[in-house]
Amino acid sequence: MLRAIGLIVAACVLGAAPAAFATDPVNPDADATAFRSYFTKRFPTVPLNEFVNGPYSMDADMHRQWKEKEEFPPYEFALEQGTEMFSTPFKNGKTYADCFPEKGVGVRQNYPYFDAKAGEVVTLELALNRCREANGEKAYSYVGEEMAALTAYMAYTSRGKPFDIKIPSDQRALAAYETGKKYFYQRRGQLNFSCASCHVLNPGERIRGEELAPALGILAAMPIYRSEWGGMGTISRRFTTCNSQVRGTPLEPQDELYRDVEYYLSYMSNGLPIAGPGARP
Amino acid sequence: MRRAFIIGSAVALSAMALPSAFAAGDEAGFNAAYAAAEAADGQAHARKNQWTTAVKALDDSKKLAAAGDFDKATALARESEALSKASIEQSKREDSDWTAAEIR
Repeated sequence: MLRAIGLIVAACVLGAAPAAFATDPVNPDADATAFRSYFTKRFPTVPLNEFVNGPYSMDADMHRQWKEKEEFPPYEFALEQGTEMFSTPFKNGKTYADCFPEKGVGVRQNYPYFDAKAGEVVTLELALNRCREANGEKAYSYVGEEMAALTAYMAYTSRGKPFDIKIPSDQRALAAYETGKKYFYQRRGQLNFSCASCHVLNPGERIRGEELAPALGILAAMPIYRSEWGGMGTISRRFTTCNSQVRGTPLEPQDELYRDVEYYLSYMSNGLPIAGPGARP
Repeated sequence: MRRAFIIGSAVALSAMALPSAFAAGDEAGFNAAYAAAEAADGQAHARKNQWTTAVKALDDSKKLAAAGDFDKATALARESEALSKASIEQSKREDSDWTAAEIR
């Protein structure tokens, strides 16, 4: 009898365990608290806001390099270009300012956002290209210099403003957040790496000559000038190259999955200051 | 004489036919291997988890077949299929295993 009860209990526990795991409620706030705690405990000497400087926040020597770089920042040309592009009217006489709240100045920290009407995540890069298309202009490449220049300007106008990503009480928004989180932690590519393999497990360590950035605040300094690229790169460029570096075929830039992972990562950095445009080794 | 001519012609025709018969066999083998690799690649693509090495091997196998090197082309197509299958297994596994890596 006891054995039978034991078997029934065991069966119930085994049967219920996966179901209970699968129905874990989506809780972005709890995730963000745990995420921040992980990094601040692991790097107790790094001030919270310094995480936005990526690998340059990881030790004193790297920080010194960053300070020297900031004296003659390599993104300056892109910033000038973006400033000019942003104020230059389209053929129809309108400008980018007409497409954004606050005329596009000091709003970068609110992107990406969940568009309840369209039921999707909208990133800054996507919003810029939709603005162009709505005004009869051709979309820019998401991995090209023009998009980097435009987002550099918009980031610059938000420097110091804390990330303020909202996840509305909408099942679709929560699903997008959860999809982004899943993508971040899933291993892919022939090298069997996830985003987290580098940016959670190994920040501050090197892969070949490259010092890995922590995931906390990782998008705050975008777009970035990378010495390795010899030019500016957008968030789209960063995501696609991350995929190919682990021998995974990149998705199309601004694929829904990339937008969702940007949503997740930006939410994890809520409260950290925008520091873009940035520079990286 | 006539009999010798007929036999000689048959032998000559057979000799001429032999390489193309072998080539046809190699090509058929390649086509089957390529179709299997392409199907696996399609599944990996649908899962948004293609590996660059699988795609390259598939492309290269096609180029080699076009150049007539069916042996190498078939080997590469098989390699591509194996890589795509591994990527499919990886994405199936990661559908659930990713939670083990999550910061909680």
